[in-house]
Formats: sequence, structure tokens, C-alpha cells
Amino acid sequence: MSIPPDLFYTADHEWVVDPGGPIARVGVTAHAAGALGDVVFLDLPEVGSTVTAGSTCGEIESTKSVSDLFSPVSGTVEEVNTSALDAPELVNADPYGEGWLFTVRVSDPTPAGLLDAAAYAGLPDVGA
Amino acid sequence: MRPSPLAEVHEELGATLTEFAGWQLPVRFTSDLQEHHAVRSAAGLFDLSHMSQFVLTGPQVAGALDRALTASHSTMTRGQAAYSLLLADDGGTLDDLIVYRLMDQQWVIIGNAANWVTVARELTARMPRSGAALDDLTASYSLIAIQGPASAAILSELDLGELATTMPYYSIATGRVPTPGGKIVALIARTGYTGEDGFELMVGAGQAVAVWRAIEQAGKDHGLVPAGLACRDTLRLEAGMPLYGHELTRETTPLEAGLGRFVALEKTPFVGSKALQDNPPRQRLIALAGQGRRAARAGYRVLIEGEERGFVTSGALSPTLGHPIALAYVDLPAPDQGTEVEIDVRGTLQPYTVVKRPFYRRPASS
Repeated sequence: MSIPPDLFYTADHEWVVDPGGPIARVGVTAHAAGALGDVVFLDLPEVGSTVTAGSTCGEIESTKSVSDLFSPVSGTVEEVNTSALDAPELVNADPYGEGWLFTVRVSDPTPAGLLDAAAYAGLPDVGA
Repeated sequence: MRPSPLAEVHEELGATLTEFAGWQLPVRFTSDLQEHHAVRSAAGLFDLSHMSQFVLTGPQVAGALDRALTASHSTMTRGQAAYSLLLADDGGTLDDLIVYRLMDQQWVIIGNAANWVTVARELTARMPRSGAALDDLTASYSLIAIQGPASAAILSELDLGELATTMPYYSIATGRVPTPGGKIVALIARTGYTGEDGFELMVGAGQAVAVWRAIEQAGKDHGLVPAGLACRDTLRLEAGMPLYGHELTRETTPLEAGLGRFVALEKTPFVGSKALQDNPPRQRLIALAGQGRRAARAGYRVLIEGEERGFVTSGALSPTLGHPIALAYVDLPAPDQGTEVEIDVRGTLQPYTVVKRPFYRRPASS
């Protein structure tokens, strides 16, 4: 399962690039996309809304199940991926690229609890 | 955890595996949706080795099945299949089964993996001491299903074309599947759990890999893809078929589940028949169609005119229809078709309409 070395990760199987800001980009990992199965619906936070690191900010739904989305960072939602809203299968096809979910204008440049690629790969359920 | 006899095939194909009723099984090979659409448009190949499989033999079996299960079995002809239910004394459902009459005195029963022990115990207890022998073949036999409109054409590639054209739906016959190592005897049933035409093949566990590979080869030019349990669930839900543990439980009767046509109350009394006659149904299973893409899931509340009146048993975004579908139990009197209801989808009330079951019916030509 692919885990790009230049991203940061959460134990909830999300990735974040530039978590220190000013703009952090968030998505779910290939592991998450694989475990969910085909993603068919995304409920993303609204542009301009406030998100808090570790708190629920949306939902990701596959044919089989639904999971909460958590924001890995705190701040204001800058942009959501409308292409992924229209075509949620992008999350499966390209979870680190075109399947990104939203960006955040970071209010706290030192988010806690993020993992680097090696630490994420070492999680027991990821088992890379 | 029990590995499937087809574990080496799963590994070779890179299947995503899951534990189901103590078995390790493929949840998907590539994509739930692609596999779902392949079954509707061409064909899918399923490993169902986890299903419980029994053979009953003897002169007393026919009569005993009539007393043990809900459908009428002694009236079945050789080669016929029948959907039936195993009930408790109080009318609660212990399992749903397919019963096949192989010969006058030989029967095959296929049940759910999760209820293997219960079915084995109850069938043993409900058969007379003499004149009925029960063999549990679950561990020694494998079940492989070909489902989809191309199924008959794929059997033809396996020199089983005559069987494919002459077998009616819901029947069983013996066939020989050609493989590079020789012909393998299989019980071939024209049954399934997808709403499509299709066949289910019972073969010895040691021959399952050879049979799977032969079918894969035969299906190459017919769009056949290996298919996992995830799409099996969305396929059966579109076809309005119940899943044990969801629509059928120890607390629900087949009459409440809308399966009255498989309950032969007019035949000899059977286990649970008195309870079904004495106690009127308390709830009814209804079919619901929604809008948008957000699916109701098992356990979500159903509200009618703002009042909580039931709960969802299964729900998904229908891959074929493109909108959410759900099955739900509601209190009586149940709402008529066309009634607008609401489902509490994680705090948001979503509008749903009561519709006819099944949600999907295959085109008549296939």
C-alpha cells in the first residue's frame, strides 16, 4: 500500500501536507480507501467553516460503510475538492492526488499527534 | 479462522479478505462497484465455500423435512429446488435455506455460514432415528457460484451447454466440469442470491481450485470477473432478498419478512407453524427508496409522520439504480406503497418512499 514519504499522517488514516501552514491539504490514505471499498459519497466541511484538529468534520461513505472524517489540523476551511464531491471514486483512484478532500488555513502551526510516513507504516492495521 | 479451499486463488488475485462467520473470505477482488456491475451486465464468479452444506438420505427424509421446515418438500420432484426456512417453536427464524431434491430419497440443503451449528443441530434433532441419515459436507465441499446474464453461455464453454439450456430456474443436476486434470463431477444448481440468472456448483474441496480456474478460463471472453462478498450484499439487496442477521432473525417470523409464499401452513404441522397461526405478525418488512447519495444503514430509525415506527435492516446506495435503497421493519399497520417516510441518517432526517420489492428485477429475456 502506497505511503508517500513527504506527507504526514493520522492514526485515523488521513494524510496532510504542510500541516504547519499556511495552507494544509487533507485527504485519506490509500490504506483507508482500500479498507472502505468504493467511495460513493463525501460530506465535506463548508468553505469558511472552522475545523479543530482531531474533531469530526465530515463523512466518507462507501458501498459497505460510513466513516467520520476528522480534521488533522485546526483552522478555517479554505477550499473543498468539488471534483471529488461530484466523483467520489477519485478517492479510490488517486487518494494522494486528485482525490484530496479539503484545504485548511492553519490557525495552530504546531499540530499534535501527526505521524511521519515510517510511523504510519508501523501502525499495526496498516502493516506496510 | 478457517481458510477457504480457494485461498490460493484469492492470494493470486490479490483479493481483500475479511473474516465472515469464522471463515476467511474475499470481500472484493478489485472494486465492489465494478464487480456489482459485472454481475448485472455479464457475470461474476463467487467463492461461497463458507455456506453450510448437508446431504440427507433415506426413505423418511421427505416427510421429516415437511415437519422440520416451512415449505412443502415431500411434493418436490427430483431435480427441483425450493427456498425454505428453519423456525424455532415460537416462529422465530433460525435460518433460511435452499433445499434440493437430488433423488427420491436424497436431498441437499444449503444454509448460511453463521448458522452452520444451529442448522446441523436442528436437522439432526428433527430427523427420525431411522430412515434418515445426515451428512455435514460443509468442511469437505466447496460452493462456487457463477451469476449474471452470461452464466449460461459460460457453462456452454464448459461443454455443459445442454444442461444450461434445459435446466429450469430453481433446479439441480449433476454435471462434469472439464479441467486440464480431467472431468470433475459437480452438483450444479440454477439458483443464486443476486437477482440474476446463474449457477451454483458444489464440488469436493480438493477440486475447488481446478473448477474455479476452468470457469475463469471459460468466462474470459464473456466478461466474467471474480466477485466478492461486498457486491454480493448490494446485489441481493437490490433483488430484495433477505439476509440472515438483518431481515431474518430469531425475533422475526417469515410472515413478517414477507416470505409467506414459502410457508406452507396448509401442509402437515411443522416446527413453528402453531406459533405462526396463533400469533398475528407484529411488524412488516417494507422496501424504501431514497434520493441523493446518502444511504440509510442497518439500525437507523424510520419515522412516519414524525413518529418513530421502525428501523432499517439493510441499506445501501444502489449501484444499479443510483439512489439509496433500504429494507426496514415497521410497526403495523404498515404504510402503503407511495407513502413518504423519513429515516434518521446520523441526525439528519432523509425522505424515503415506500416502494415495491424487489428494487431491481432482471430483464425477462435473460
